[in-house]
Amino acid sequence: MSETIETSSETITLTIDGQEIQAKTGQTILQAACENGIYIPTLCALHADKENGLKSDIAPGTCRICTVRVNGRTMAACTTPVAQDYIVENDTEELNDLRKTIVELLFVEGNHFCPSCEKSGSCDLQALAYRYQMLSPRFRYAFSSREVNAESPKLLFDRNRCILCRRCVLAITTEDGKQLFGFTKRGDKSGIIMDEELVKNISEEQAQQAMHICPVGAIIRKEKGFDTPFGQRKYDHNPIGSETVCTTCNGEKS
Amino acid sequence: MKKPIIATASLAGCFGCHMSFLDIDERILDLVELVHWGKSPINDIKTFEQDCDIALIEGGCCNDEHIHTLRDFRKHCRILVAVGECAIMGGLPAMRNNIPIQECLEEAYLNSPSTAQANPEQILPNDAELPALLDKVYPCHEIVKMDYFLPGCPPRADLIYGALTALVTGQEAKLPYEVIKFD
Repeated sequence: MSETIETSSETITLTIDGQEIQAKTGQTILQAACENGIYIPTLCALHADKENGLKSDIAPGTCRICTVRVNGRTMAACTTPVAQDYIVENDTEELNDLRKTIVELLFVEGNHFCPSCEKSGSCDLQALAYRYQMLSPRFRYAFSSREVNAESPKLLFDRNRCILCRRCVLAITTEDGKQLFGFTKRGDKSGIIMDEELVKNISEEQAQQAMHICPVGAIIRKEKGFDTPFGQRKYDHNPIGSETVCTTCNGEKS
Repeated sequence: MKKPIIATASLAGCFGCHMSFLDIDERILDLVELVHWGKSPINDIKTFEQDCDIALIEGGCCNDEHIHTLRDFRKHCRILVAVGECAIMGGLPAMRNNIPIQECLEEAYLNSPSTAQANPEQILPNDAELPALLDKVYPCHEIVKMDYFLPGCPPRADLIYGALTALVTGQEAKLPYEVIKFD
């Protein structure tokens, strides 16, 4: 499982949904698609850009929303490296239904009370539910018991909304590389814990970055909730993935 | 063709969805042309005088009366529509689902600042007339079969109107991205 990704310069070709694209060896299918303006949905993998402050792309491979078919086999696009002549299926009815199923499972597993969540309107999980037109999950709500950690002066950590994507574990560190978040326990007891000592001293920018990197509303900046009015939030008017060209990649490509 | 009959109910909800329904404004006059009104808090008709075609259900089930009402609606209505987050997933009332019911009652009637002094005999509401609280708040579709779901808190008036007219006229609902939201 690759977590940070380095690429080389050898160019190869593959097709995604019948469209022939160029990619560099060492890139993942997700990165190649992104560079070519093809949307593959993600919740855990994150492309480094100015806004999130990442130095390189991360691909924890935990959420499986980016599942594609590669030469007929289902693979996670964010952890599968490209190869010459790969035939990738992405935007198909079958795969989109599978992705919708994953979104539904995430909704029933945690406690996602959208109307009372600070991230509502800018939440990637909610936006995927909108994209796949989830009106109601087909599974039973688990109403799992999860704890909220509000000890830190700048951050609120709400495990009810956490989808265990591992973004915060990989991406949010102090300047000298100490991780602020970590995994604890296993299986259905898995959870994220905060290093309270370190989190207590983070800067405003880091707090902002932490909230931005979290795809859901698990990491919330205190005293900044609900500051964007309805109608101006990230996914109020356009579905997630409707920006056809990734601005960051487009810049790098030229 | 006979006009379809519409009913509505509010279970463990805040009437916000009904208010949003009234936000269809003057389109309610068009709706009156299309449908008859049956049992609903809007017209204060309290019994099913005849079976209904479509019922809009607001709120989830948090006590035995809600379950009784919902089952009654299922018996008397051809199509049940879950309207709003509470009907779909329990919503705000379901935030108590991880707190034992005894603890909820004690917090509300014995320990809160407004009741600690006012309830010296430490009485929890126990009149037989009162509906009994359920162990947790249930989404409607976990009690009876629901046919359609209109998310939102509240669902946008355009969503309610669009879905309702589509159901009544038998045409496919044309719902833009902006009208289906969970908040």
